[in-house]
Amino acid sequence: MNTIINFLFAAIKAGTPLLLGTTGEIITEKSGSLNLGVEGLMYMGAFAGFYAGYKTNSVIIAVIASMLMAMFGALIFAFLTVTLQANQNVTGLTLTIFGSGLSIFFGQQMINNEGGKPSMSVDFMAKLAEEPLPLLGDIPVVGKILFSHNPLVYLAVVIAILAWIYIRFTRAGLNMRAVGENAAAADASGINVNRVKYMNILLGGGVCGIGGAYIAIINSYGGWDNGCINGQGWISVALVIFASWSPAKAILGSLVFGAFSAFQIRANEFASAFPALSFLAEIPSAIYVMLPFLLTAIILIFTSIRGKREGAQPANCGINYYREER
Amino acid sequence: MNKPLKLGGENRFHVVKRAELPFKQTALLYILAIVLALVAGGIFILCIGHNPFSFYATLISGCFRSKLAFVALIKIIMPLLLTTLGVAVAFKMKFWNIGAEGQFIMGAICATYFALYWGDMPHFLLVIVMMLAGFVGGGIWGLIPAYFKCRFDTNETLLTLMLNYIALYIVQYLRDGPWRDPAAGGFLKIAKHPESAWLDKLFGIDITWVICIILVVIMFIYLSYTKQGYEIAVVGDSHNTARYAGMNVKGIILRTMFISAAVCGLAGMLQVTGDATSHTLTMGIASGVGFTAIIVAWLAKLNPFGILLVSTFFGILDKGSGVAESTFGLSSSVADVLQGIILFFILGLDFFIRYKIVISKSEHEETKEAAK
Repeated sequence: MNTIINFLFAAIKAGTPLLLGTTGEIITEKSGSLNLGVEGLMYMGAFAGFYAGYKTNSVIIAVIASMLMAMFGALIFAFLTVTLQANQNVTGLTLTIFGSGLSIFFGQQMINNEGGKPSMSVDFMAKLAEEPLPLLGDIPVVGKILFSHNPLVYLAVVIAILAWIYIRFTRAGLNMRAVGENAAAADASGINVNRVKYMNILLGGGVCGIGGAYIAIINSYGGWDNGCINGQGWISVALVIFASWSPAKAILGSLVFGAFSAFQIRANEFASAFPALSFLAEIPSAIYVMLPFLLTAIILIFTSIRGKREGAQPANCGINYYREER
Repeated sequence: MNKPLKLGGENRFHVVKRAELPFKQTALLYILAIVLALVAGGIFILCIGHNPFSFYATLISGCFRSKLAFVALIKIIMPLLLTTLGVAVAFKMKFWNIGAEGQFIMGAICATYFALYWGDMPHFLLVIVMMLAGFVGGGIWGLIPAYFKCRFDTNETLLTLMLNYIALYIVQYLRDGPWRDPAAGGFLKIAKHPESAWLDKLFGIDITWVICIILVVIMFIYLSYTKQGYEIAVVGDSHNTARYAGMNVKGIILRTMFISAAVCGLAGMLQVTGDATSHTLTMGIASGVGFTAIIVAWLAKLNPFGILLVSTFFGILDKGSGVAESTFGLSSSVADVLQGIILFFILGLDFFIRYKIVISKSEHEETKEAAK
């Protein structure tokens, strides 16, 4: 029993940054922009969040700093693709190179200046301790799995739920979906397409940035690691497809993807607790790392075979809107 | 007639699509973009407390200071150049092949199979077989998304992206299991290729450079002067036009994607058999070259000679910043930052090549004119 509890707990913990990255990218893609720069945005958020937290010892400032930094990256993307009509794929990939380069560069400067890899203070990490919530945390099993996490996990889930409500039930969300599906029609109905795109690219970018800060602070136990994001931005892009562009499904999806990564470490523990499942430990770890991408590819193919519009990429995603070409 | 787009409420600025600019002006605008970008990069260097002039000087002198440095530069340029040639073919057809990274890796995997298990073949034959393996292996990895694109209209950008990582982790799987080198003790690695599988050298560098030059010329001719190249361009412009003209659009997509991916696969094969990687297949065999290639292809406007130029430029940035790392004590990722800044400028300036901003008369004046 403990094995399962620990495993699910670890899956949620590992899935959280993916949830943030995915929610951010869903917001961006729903408004019609395919930003392949998530990896770069997360890197930018990672450094800014870490550095701000390290210097101020405040979790809130760290989170805000990571958002602002990633929003700066997203602003470059928005300016180039929306105002200057640049190709989204190329701009996104450039943002990935730029963002990760910038973050690793400043990370290395920080290591040089501090004379070694800097670590968060004990005080700071205590604010992010994995404490059971009052009342909810006391529920057996569920309390341990769901309600004994660090505060950023709850923040991520709240952001995902808010994003879901925003996209599905609000006026602004309706407008942004209209822009993402058919920008020309949205424009004709009086929506300011460029403003909607800018707002959502920035908002989405900011959320990705928090995901980066989570990785930089939680995943490396408070110590700075230059290569911390290590492809999790790309997994987030995959998860957007897996979650069929819905932040609510992304919560479940991030749990599944988190489980794959938790399994890489815990497969042996699992096998010894459940001899019947010992074959799980025999599966090479490369397969577990590959699974998120493999599943996403399969889902991508199957949704296109079914040919249904729902659960597919927004129709105008990745295409710039230029009024005269209506 | 083009109706002007208003940038804001009562704005007098209109954005209008330009007719194609003459080559001279386009080139001038690009040079302007690069100069602006270098200035912006210089400001960045200045901000972190170094002299931008001596930094740039180190960047360039670092590539040409010795024969060794120059050879290292060529080794950086070669895989980038070849992969870019590959993706350019697909991009010409407006097929967004983001999967060059995976196709590159697949080419390297297939070639490594022959190096490891057929190593006692005669050298010349083995190298030819490996080249074919890389070519076909990469090509098949590219045919998968092309097939689903044709059959079910599956999004090629996302599918090729996923296939990159699947290919990467196939390498990890092979390294940890079937192809694990028992001689390496507890260390997880794939065995080094036997010497019979190494590429021959010409003037101190493996023959990849000869293949690069040949392919640049072939690609230029293929894209500009052959029937197939013409078909690619037409399909890229409009599937319907191509169909009305009686072209087999699906066949062209499959064929073009195969060629595009196969060239990337060949690049992977040459990388793993050349001296740049110590003849061993590792997880870092491609290390992002497939992604950089997409940017290079776009910057070079898919022109093979442009690709040669741009990938050389990127190579100098990459190699030079490695030297700058040791000279100035800066992290070598400063190259990525500079590349990013330069690209942002060129991406932005491209707008002014395609569109022009016109200052128009106010509506009041327009009505007066209409009244006349």
